[in-house]
Amino acid sequence: MSTLLLIEQTLNGLQFGVMLFLMAAGLTLIFGVMGLINLAHGSLYMVGAFAAAAVAAATGSFILALIGSLIAAALAGVIVEMTVIRRLYDRDHLDQVLATFALILIFSEGTRWVFGSFPLFLDKPAWLSGTVMLPFGIEYSLYRLTIIGIGLVVAAGLFWMIARTRIGIQIRAGENDREMIGALGVNISRLYTLVFALGAALAGFAGALIGAIQSVQVGMGEPVLILAFVVIVIGGIGSIKGALVGAILVGLTDTLGRLLLPQVFGLFMEPSAATSVGSSLSSMSIYILMAGVLLFKPSGLFGGGH
Amino acid sequence: MKLKQLILAASMGLAAAAAQAEGVKVGMITTLSGGGAGLGIDVRDGFMLAVKQAGRSDLEVVIEDDQRKPDIAVQLADKMIQSEKVDVLTGIIWSNLAMAVVPAATAQGKFYLSPNAGPSPLAGKGCHPNYFNVAWQNDNLHEAAGGYASDAGHKKAFILAPNYPAGKDALTGFKRFFKGELAGEVYTKLGQTDYAAEIAQIRASDADSVFFFLPGGMGISFLKQYADSGVDLPVVGPAFSFDQGILQAVGAAALGVKNTSQWSKDLGNAANEAFVASFQSEYGRLPSLYASQGFDTANLLMSAMDAADVNDQDAFRAALEAAKFDSVRGDFKFGPNHHPIQTIYVREVIQEGDVFTNKIVAVGLKDHADAYAADCKM
Repeated sequence: MSTLLLIEQTLNGLQFGVMLFLMAAGLTLIFGVMGLINLAHGSLYMVGAFAAAAVAAATGSFILALIGSLIAAALAGVIVEMTVIRRLYDRDHLDQVLATFALILIFSEGTRWVFGSFPLFLDKPAWLSGTVMLPFGIEYSLYRLTIIGIGLVVAAGLFWMIARTRIGIQIRAGENDREMIGALGVNISRLYTLVFALGAALAGFAGALIGAIQSVQVGMGEPVLILAFVVIVIGGIGSIKGALVGAILVGLTDTLGRLLLPQVFGLFMEPSAATSVGSSLSSMSIYILMAGVLLFKPSGLFGGGH
Repeated sequence: MKLKQLILAASMGLAAAAAQAEGVKVGMITTLSGGGAGLGIDVRDGFMLAVKQAGRSDLEVVIEDDQRKPDIAVQLADKMIQSEKVDVLTGIIWSNLAMAVVPAATAQGKFYLSPNAGPSPLAGKGCHPNYFNVAWQNDNLHEAAGGYASDAGHKKAFILAPNYPAGKDALTGFKRFFKGELAGEVYTKLGQTDYAAEIAQIRASDADSVFFFLPGGMGISFLKQYADSGVDLPVVGPAFSFDQGILQAVGAAALGVKNTSQWSKDLGNAANEAFVASFQSEYGRLPSLYASQGFDTANLLMSAMDAADVNDQDAFRAALEAAKFDSVRGDFKFGPNHHPIQTIYVREVIQEGDVFTNKIVAVGLKDHADAYAADCKM
């Protein structure tokens, strides 16, 4: 195995991780601030992708499609928060899981009703197609490189927002003591709607970015949702920093595991058995990582332990 | 009280018997919601188009959604057999669901006509006189792809499929007819959507061609990412990743890819031309191979209904075996294990106006039978 392949796979892992971060950031904020388990987060990812595909089909512009995905997902988030989620904050987690699971079904069948059962077309723009040559002769997809860049910019923006702005202070205060900031005169229901819309917009944005290289179809959000939950459990629930570190760890473990594990088993097994054992084990690798982290840090890498 | 119940039960039994004598009741269990819904909807639409065209009053179809979940499929089958009293079951798309439902249904004396899934156990040791597969045995299209790859002069193939029974059937089928060497063999996660890692391995290998079996959304993702990766090795695959429902979502990334299929919309027989035209005017879209399989399944069933009464199982079975109907594939006949012996074509993805579709470029395997027929004792 060449070093080039290893570097390329590391980039792939990074890109996957950055994408997961966009999903996990919203999930962890919503859980951290409102104490809500939102299973419908994957549906917002799907809403973003479908909105982007619809806008791209109508206008032909990828930039407009991305903006459309942000607006549509944020809008869907606001509507859902005001009609359903708001009633769930004081309920226990089981009620929240039940209600947000129902939202998944409503979103999925609603999307099918509007767009039909067949996957939609969404492609990256011509100016982001093809590959670029990186130093040391690494040929890498321009679009994936752009995703890494966008993800890191969004991460930096989030950190800045949380650390330096008034809304960020309110979010941090909300994580620590929800009742107290309400008592201090912060309009808590507006803050909750805002955080939910922010999380939804990030998820929708991720859906649009990924939809361009994957398939835009009903149910596309649920596999990503599971990974996003793994990420926030590893990183520590409620922590943006934890979400970033967890996402990149999961991305790298998954991608490199798929490459390396079959080869490791190939050292002492016959090729076809090694492929099959290696690929089975590599699909478990991130869960093994999660179990390992929880063994030593039960509240996650950056969890506050509340 | 006792007597009243007895009379009630007897009259209900009579009513049921009367209903059965009137005609055939079909239970269709297929995937109509969730990620794989496009396939089930095509099978259903193809089947119901044939039923509508025949305009029969002696055929009743009950349709239920299995949500691609084996446990739900089993519950639906029980309900259809016990309370709906269907005579014939059909509709299942996925092999793992078929394995959960078919053996129990045929053991209870029901006929099962498969419009899609053809897992190898049901073609070999687990075959059953009441089980008919109208589509193909799972390996078939992959075998043709292997044969085509050899004919096209490919010497080293990189092959990949999802890590589940039909994925293993696929790679086994490909290897059975491919004469060259393998540059790599990879099993991906079922439902995986990002193939950057696999594409990087293809780039690093010394392969001269790529074979993949990734049905539904998995294939869309793979093709889009492959086209963008700068790897330009020729791609060969079975029709499942290039059917009509998928091509529009893949777009130009699939142009020129060779894929193998037992059916294509440009097959030049009268039944097919009529089918393609009527499907388009009924549903406003081009039919896929799944739709053609649903259509053939319904026509096979109705041809047997013309020849025999479903309550006379032996006669009905013989009528099914005879397969006297105008298949959209042209000639159609069953092998000894009730799986089709059929010609598999090589198609190429082309663009017609705004629409991406397939056209036949060669014959892959002529009158091809599956590899498991010899294991079937019935």
